[in-house]
Amino acid sequence: MLAHAPILQIIIPLLAAPLIVLLRQRDLAWIVAVAATALSFLFSARLFLQVAATGEPIIYEIGAWPAPIGIIYVIDSANALVMPLIAGIAFIVTLVGRGMIEAEVDARDHTLFFSAWMLTIAGMLGQVATNDAFNIFVFLEISSLSAYALVAMGAGRDARALPAAFNYLILGTIGATFYVIGIGLLYMLTGTLNIGDLAARLPEIGDTHTGFAALAFIALGLFLKIALFPLHFWLTPAYSFAPSAVSALMAATATKVSVYVLIRLLFGVFGLNFSGMDEVGTLLLWLGVAGAFAGTLAAIWETDLKRLFAQSSIAQLGYMAIGMGLMSSAGLAATFIHLVNHALMKGAIFLALGGLAMHVGRVTMSSIAGVGRQAPLTVAALLFGGLALIGVPLTAGFISKLYLIRAQLDQQLYVIALLTVISSVLALVYVWKIIEAAYMQDRPKDAVVIRETPAMWVGAWILVIATIYFGVQAESLVDAAFRAAETMLGDAQ
Amino acid sequence: MNLSPLLAQWNYVLVIGLMMIGFYTVIARGNLIKKMVGLNIFQTSVFMLYISMGKIKGGTAPILTGDATTVYSNPLPHVLILTAIVVGVATTAVGYALIIRIRETYGTIEEDEIISAINAQDGHQDAS
Repeated sequence: MLAHAPILQIIIPLLAAPLIVLLRQRDLAWIVAVAATALSFLFSARLFLQVAATGEPIIYEIGAWPAPIGIIYVIDSANALVMPLIAGIAFIVTLVGRGMIEAEVDARDHTLFFSAWMLTIAGMLGQVATNDAFNIFVFLEISSLSAYALVAMGAGRDARALPAAFNYLILGTIGATFYVIGIGLLYMLTGTLNIGDLAARLPEIGDTHTGFAALAFIALGLFLKIALFPLHFWLTPAYSFAPSAVSALMAATATKVSVYVLIRLLFGVFGLNFSGMDEVGTLLLWLGVAGAFAGTLAAIWETDLKRLFAQSSIAQLGYMAIGMGLMSSAGLAATFIHLVNHALMKGAIFLALGGLAMHVGRVTMSSIAGVGRQAPLTVAALLFGGLALIGVPLTAGFISKLYLIRAQLDQQLYVIALLTVISSVLALVYVWKIIEAAYMQDRPKDAVVIRETPAMWVGAWILVIATIYFGVQAESLVDAAFRAAETMLGDAQ
Repeated sequence: MNLSPLLAQWNYVLVIGLMMIGFYTVIARGNLIKKMVGLNIFQTSVFMLYISMGKIKGGTAPILTGDATTVYSNPLPHVLILTAIVVGVATTAVGYALIIRIRETYGTIEEDEIISAINAQDGHQDAS
């Protein structure tokens, strides 16, 4: 059984999707979803421990077909780190998100909602686990197509979810199609789709226009998927009009998976010495800086909190892009650290927002006026999440920024380090606006009185505690991130 | 200018032409149905790219003949594209389903009219 863990963690949520449709009963649907994500998390956590203990990658041959003929899954230090993160957050959001889903999604759609929910989780895990470049595309589309449907389910509350989902579909499909073009060009050059074989054969082929075009198509397609500035316009409406549980799941995991896929392709396949990689690195670096400012400044002017934190995601993805753009193992490790930390903080923030939305509806600066006293634990979770975004010491966000800035200073990139610090400090402005609204204003007399229930804060607090844990006891995460970065860079050499 | 390399690889020229027609349609058209059609043309160009790369001149269908000198076309890109066609069909279905819902809600499938309807709604909410 455990020998099959690499495939079980994906196949269980994948099979849960049709099972939920067949059951057609919403309580059972939720129970199946919780059980499937829990099992998936256990298998992925077990794989992480196994890889961490031995340091050796686990190779799983699907259907016992060996590498050149069959598709294999390779679980190494890099994806073993990302998978339990995704499965764990998926489990927590499924567990505590039920109240939010019941409040926001039409009751007769619940079984189909959970079915699409399981598909998107299975798709995300599949992209991370697989070692086949085309298989990544298939899983990418499984997770994206179900995500479009999930975003559109926000239409019960706000019809703007529909155009948001449609735009997301158009841009997501363009991104995925660019990726497939790139993979096709690579297949023409090398005759393989296996990531390990691609990495081994590309240096032998050397500089060709075809290889350069493949790099450009793959990088551009995935830049769209990670919402790198200026290709980020799909993200804000999609996250802000989706049902709260969907926003929490997607803000925490969806773009992180794409960041991982981008790292795997750029560093694990093309490698640092491939012609054109320097230009891609420079692009990542400066578009990352631009994104950090554009996202933070846009967040400062937002009054709708879901939009605000979606804008802040663009800034945070900018920091991950900067880490990749440094083209060093320290920079890549900083990206991995921030990938994990940002998933935890954004998961906590969007779960807390979902908790508030159950009572106030649209969460805006005016609708949360004075809620600090009525829902102390929920707002405190939101606050801790916000502090972690800024990078206040003792939160995981501080560790992310510390290693990112250290990696920049290693390469004497003082200007970029300074810009990173300035944009992080600017985040204080929007977090302060929330503190002011929630704690310093009085709750208007005619506003809804909130009775805080554990469903509002339990999930958010689990993630906040994880954020604080990784802020204080960072060694284990930092070690894992450096191992992941070195595995990635080692593959290509 | 020597056009012979382009003519020798006319299949790729066609693919690029189709790709640009589709991509332009997605970006330039405001009608959501036309956007989806553009997206389909864009995806189809990629199918052609894969299918034509698998074909070998004089190659036959990849069914073992027992003759060692037989040249076979590469079936793998064709199989990959079967998967991509399924993905394309699913994308189109989800896209049209969304367009139907958008039309039910906003009464139009023109992008600029939807945007002005949304802006009007935004203004109303900020005022209330």
